[in-house]
Amino acid sequence: MNVIFAPFIVVGRLLGALAGFGRARPWTTGLTLAGTAAFVAISALIFTFERPPLQVVQIGYRGTGMQAVYNTRRTDAQLPLQQVDLPLPAVTPAGKTAGEVYKNIKVLQAVDANEFLRLMGAMTQWLAPQAGCAFCHSLNNMAEDTVYNKIVARRMLQMVASINKSWKVHVGDGGVTCQTCHRGQAIPSGSWFVQPPPHGQRGLTQADSGQNLPAQVAGLTALPYDPLTPFLLQAASIRVTPTTALPSGGVRPSINQTDWTYSLMIHFSDSLGVNCTYCHNTRAFEEWDQGTPQRVTAWHGIEMVRDLNRAYMVPLTTVFPREMRGTLGDVAKVSCQSCHNGAYKPFYGASALSSYPELLQVTDTANAQSAENQAVGNQPAAIQSATGRP
Amino acid sequence: MLENPSGFGPGPKPQFGIEYQNLFNRVQIDGVLDRGPPLAEGNENRGKMRFSWLLGLIGNNQLGPFYLGPLGIAAFVCGFIAFEIIGLNMFASVGWDPVQFVRQLPWLGLQPPAPSYGLHIPPLAEGGWWLMAGFFLTLAIMLWWVRVYRRARALGMGTHIAWAFASAIWLYLVDGFLRPVLMGSWSEAVPFGIFPHLDWTASISIRYGNLYYNPFHMLSIVFLYGSALLFAMHGGTILATGRYWAEREVELAVDRGTAVERGSLFWRWVMGFNATFESIHRWAIWFAILCTLTGGIGILLTGTVVDNWYLWGVKHGIAPAYPRVYAPITDPGYLRGVTGSTSLVAPTGAVHP
Repeated sequence: MNVIFAPFIVVGRLLGALAGFGRARPWTTGLTLAGTAAFVAISALIFTFERPPLQVVQIGYRGTGMQAVYNTRRTDAQLPLQQVDLPLPAVTPAGKTAGEVYKNIKVLQAVDANEFLRLMGAMTQWLAPQAGCAFCHSLNNMAEDTVYNKIVARRMLQMVASINKSWKVHVGDGGVTCQTCHRGQAIPSGSWFVQPPPHGQRGLTQADSGQNLPAQVAGLTALPYDPLTPFLLQAASIRVTPTTALPSGGVRPSINQTDWTYSLMIHFSDSLGVNCTYCHNTRAFEEWDQGTPQRVTAWHGIEMVRDLNRAYMVPLTTVFPREMRGTLGDVAKVSCQSCHNGAYKPFYGASALSSYPELLQVTDTANAQSAENQAVGNQPAAIQSATGRP
Repeated sequence: MLENPSGFGPGPKPQFGIEYQNLFNRVQIDGVLDRGPPLAEGNENRGKMRFSWLLGLIGNNQLGPFYLGPLGIAAFVCGFIAFEIIGLNMFASVGWDPVQFVRQLPWLGLQPPAPSYGLHIPPLAEGGWWLMAGFFLTLAIMLWWVRVYRRARALGMGTHIAWAFASAIWLYLVDGFLRPVLMGSWSEAVPFGIFPHLDWTASISIRYGNLYYNPFHMLSIVFLYGSALLFAMHGGTILATGRYWAEREVELAVDRGTAVERGSLFWRWVMGFNATFESIHRWAIWFAILCTLTGGIGILLTGTVVDNWYLWGVKHGIAPAYPRVYAPITDPGYLRGVTGSTSLVAPTGAVHP
C-alpha cells in the first residue's frame, strides 16, 4: 500500500514545504524540489525521444518532409528475424502424384509424391520444428484426420495458393510461403482475437468506449484498442478526410471515427517498421497522388487481409478447440504483422516460393466465395452479437 | 561604502554587495506581514498570512491572505464535482483497481457521447457523465471568472485580467460546446483525459484536412509564439536595466531616467523601434488574448464552414504544388468502384455498442 500512497505523501510534503515548513531546512527541501524536477525532465526525455542512430531516406520532393526514418538499432535487430530458411535439397520426381501414392490426400493430389514429402518436411520446419510430424498427423496412421491441425493446414495451403495467385497485387511475384507468417512457430506472432472490453460492465459508470486505455496495437496510445475487428475483419470505412474544401452534405465521418482510423494506421506503421510518410504525404493524408505507390500496395493489402480473415480464418473457427480461440470464442486472425513482422516487406523482399512451386499446385476444393458466405454463420454467437452486424 | 554602487562608468567596479541596491534582487524581507490597502466594507476579512522561504524564491515570500468568498466556494464545489465525475469514471474504467488507476492514468478518459446521439442527452454510461462533467466544469470556470472580475473591482483595479481570462474561456467553450452544437453532435467535443484530449487534437486535424492550413490557426500560433517572444524581450529588458532602477515606477513616471533611456535605445539600435514602458504591456496582453481568440475562431469554422483546410488552402492559393516524383497514383478504390473500404459504415460502436 505504501507504493500507492507514496505519490500522495510526496505531493503532501511538497505542498507543506511550499506553505512555509521548508524554512527550517531550506536546502533539503530545495534538493527535493530539484530532484523532482530532474526526474520529470529525464523521464520526459527518455519517453519522448528515440535514441539514435536514425537514418533518413528521402522518398519525395525535397523540403516536403517525405522521408522514411529507420533506426539502425531496430533494423539490425530485425535482420536475423527476416531470414528465409534455406530450401530443402531438391528431390528426384517419383513420376506418380501424391494422390496416387498416399491415402486421404485432399489438396495436394496433383503434386508429385516425392515433392509432396519434401514439402511436408519444409512445412514441419516452418511451423512445428519441435513437434515434428505429430503436430498435424497421428503417427499411427498418417492418413487419419484425427488431429485438428491437419484440417487447418489443408485450408492454410489453399490460403497460401490463393494469396500467391489472386493477391499478386499485394504480394508481388515473390509471393508467400507458410514461413512468411509462421517463422518456426505454430501460432504466427501477429495473430489476434476480437478484444472484449477488458474491465466488463461497471454499473452506472461510463461504458467501455473502445478507447482510452493503453493500446498495444495502437503503439501505446489511448486510441481504440481493437481497430482490427472493424477494419480487418469487418469492412468499416477507413476514409475520414473529405475530398471537397467545403462541407458537401451526405454522411460525414466524425472526429471519433478518425480515432479508429488513426489506431489502424499505427498498427500498419508498427507492423511494417515505417513512419506515416512511407505511404502518405502528411500535409494531405487523403491525396493519393501526393503519397507514394506503396499506399496502393497497402490498400490491396487491407482488402487481402479482410478476404483471408473472412474466407479462410473465420470458417475454421469450430475446427480449433476452444482453448485455442479468443475470449469470445473467435478464431485467431491475420493482421499486417502476421506477414510483415516489423519489416516493410516480409524478409525484406526475399522469398522461398520459387523453391516450392508445389504451393501453387494446391487444389481449391472449397469455393472461396461460399466460404465467405459461411464465414458469418461460423462465427461464435458472442461475436455476432458483439459486432451487431454481419 | 562603495563609491560606484551601480558599477557603471569610471571608478572601481563592485564585486559583492551590489544586489541589495537593486530592487530586483533575491533578498527576502520578512518583517511585518502586508495586509494590503484599506478597502470598502465586506472586503476586510481576508484570512491568514504567513511567510514562506520557498515561495520567496519564485516571488513574494508572503503566503495569503487568500480570499475565497461565496463565488470561490461555489466555483470550487462545481470544479470538485466535475473532477470527481471525471476521476471516478476513469477509476471505473480500470475496474476500480487503484494500482492500475495510477499506472494508466495518462491514458484514461471520459468520452463524449457517440456520434449516433447527435445533440440528444444520452444515458449516463453512454456520455451522460461527460455532459454532466462538462456542465459543472463550465459552471466552475464561469464562477471563477466572475470572482476574478469582482476581486479586481474590489481592489479598484481595471478588469483586464478578467477579459484576458474570458478569451481563454472562449476557446474552451468553442471546443467543448459551441462547435459541437453547430455541428449537431456532442461527439465532436473534446474528451476529458490527458492522452485522450491530445488524440482529439490529432484527429480533428486529420479529419478536417490539416489544421495548419487554417488561417486562424496560423494566427493563433503567431500570437502563441509571439507571446513567448514578447515575454522574453520584456523580461530581459527590465532585468537588464534593473541596475539603473528600471523597476522604480514612481520615479520613472516623473523622470524617465537612464534605465528607460538605455532600454529603449537598445531596441532602437537592434530593430529601429521600441515599445514604450507602457505600451509593452498592451502588446503583451493583446498577444495573449488574440492567441485564444483567433484559435477559437479557427476551430469554430472547422467542419461548420470548411471541411478540408488543405483543399481550402489549395483553392485560395496558399498551399503550393510540388514537382511530381512518382508516376501518377490513382485511388485503387475509385478504379474498382465502391468497395469495402469506401463503404460509409463507421467503425464507432461497431465493436462494442
